Amino acid sequence: MNLYEKFLHIDRRYIFILVALGVIIPLIWPLGLAVTTSPPVENVYNAVEELPPGTPVLLSVDYDPSTQPELSPMTVAVLRHCFSRDLPVIITVLHPGGPGLALEISDRISKEMGAVYGEDYVFLGYKVGSSAVILSIGQNFRVSFPADYFNTPIDEIPLMKDIQNYDDVGLAITMSGSTFPEIWVAYAHERYGQRIAAGVTAVMAADYYPFLQTGQMVGLIGGLKGAAEYEKLINRPDDGLKGMDAQTIVHLFVVLMILLGNIAFIFVQRAKRREA
Amino acid sequence: MHLSTDIWVWIAAILTLCIFSFLYKDNPFYKFAEHLLVGVSAGYFFVIYFWNLIVPNLLTPLKNGFGTLFTGGGFTGDLAALVPGILGLIILTRLIPKIAWMSRWAIGFYFGAFQGIVITGYMQAYILAQIYGTFIKANNPVFSLALMGDFFGAPGWGKALLAVSGPLMILGVVCTLTYFFFSTEHKGFVGGVAKVGIVFLMIGFGASFGYTVMARVSLLIGRLQFLLRDWLGIIS
Repeated sequence: MNLYEKFLHIDRRYIFILVALGVIIPLIWPLGLAVTTSPPVENVYNAVEELPPGTPVLLSVDYDPSTQPELSPMTVAVLRHCFSRDLPVIITVLHPGGPGLALEISDRISKEMGAVYGEDYVFLGYKVGSSAVILSIGQNFRVSFPADYFNTPIDEIPLMKDIQNYDDVGLAITMSGSTFPEIWVAYAHERYGQRIAAGVTAVMAADYYPFLQTGQMVGLIGGLKGAAEYEKLINRPDDGLKGMDAQTIVHLFVVLMILLGNIAFIFVQRAKRREA
Repeated sequence: MHLSTDIWVWIAAILTLCIFSFLYKDNPFYKFAEHLLVGVSAGYFFVIYFWNLIVPNLLTPLKNGFGTLFTGGGFTGDLAALVPGILGLIILTRLIPKIAWMSRWAIGFYFGAFQGIVITGYMQAYILAQIYGTFIKANNPVFSLALMGDFFGAPGWGKALLAVSGPLMILGVVCTLTYFFFSTEHKGFVGGVAKVGIVFLMIGFGASFGYTVMARVSLLIGRLQFLLRDWLGIIS
């Protein structure tokens, strides 16, 4: 077995160790590699930035712990941005695994930013039936959410008193690890004209670019890179930016492995043809 | 370095390591963590759905409806919850082979109602708006002679990309759709166009693969951040 064949049959556990080191080392000793912002993320930032203070933002936390490392950093960044601009935030959850995450993030960030529950933000909790819930908000929030997560009737919550439906919401942002953005576009945007932005996992980001082209979404935050870009735009470095060094190192390693693997494969094939 | 004193952080860290141990090889620790996850998830989702779906949409209306009926208040709208309740129970007839055919009623009703709700929204979002967006962007045609004129007037990379991106997108859509057109044999001109479609498809798959690698690495970063920060206290 020559060197190329040995490379093609390398024990994959060595690759795992190198990938782990590629993540651990930059996390302990950050390299501070530059992160540039992209138009889809800048558009979400601008859409929030252009809202007059006091305009409610609907933030739907539509993900569960399996996609938390990618989506929580962007949820935190968007929430910080809204609170810093005095934009009241209505938080809903359409994924059954999301209420705990949304509660933890809203509690933590509201304390950090000095936001008051019921005045600066409200947590309406989880409702089953994403399509029906999104459609019902077009009529009135009270149809699906007669009370908030803590069972307080929403008519008793100061923030919600004058808010009826999408007409009173400046921007809806869905953070999703599945197909919820499509449902928001199909019902909230197409039927009620609601402006939609989405934060999605990197796996799904490529699927949503057509919605940017058509203007059905005002912007898109894709994966941990998107979260890092948003953190850079609001000038609040956090988990997104901290993870970018590791992300870059591992990507370079993956590219290197793909190149070396293909080169080795070509040489092995060539040697086999010669032998034949 | 300061280790966490939170018992839940320790449990999460140990379970994370149990899952990671699969990278070495399958073992009882991995199996334990995997089965625990499946069991806890099933229990969690059952409780969530019971309290967020069954109780508010079925049990509470029925309790109110029958309460009113038995206290002489007559029939109320709450009793309409009987209809979806019975349809839901009918689906369970699949468990009894002799009357399993009854479940088709409920499934047929569900499919019909769901399609009625979905078709218009998705037709607009996925078909009409996407066709429009292929040719028009921000009320300007994607295939723009003006942009090409700008490029030839003062050539530059930025203007070249702007001028080419629109026509390239139209070409990509047409060629890719041709690849999926099976009523004509893919030979000659049609075959050539379909091959160009394959190139666009491969570029699309490549972009998706790149994003997928990023997503998986992000999950690893998230777990290692948890282990190094929340558990071991090595990073801030």
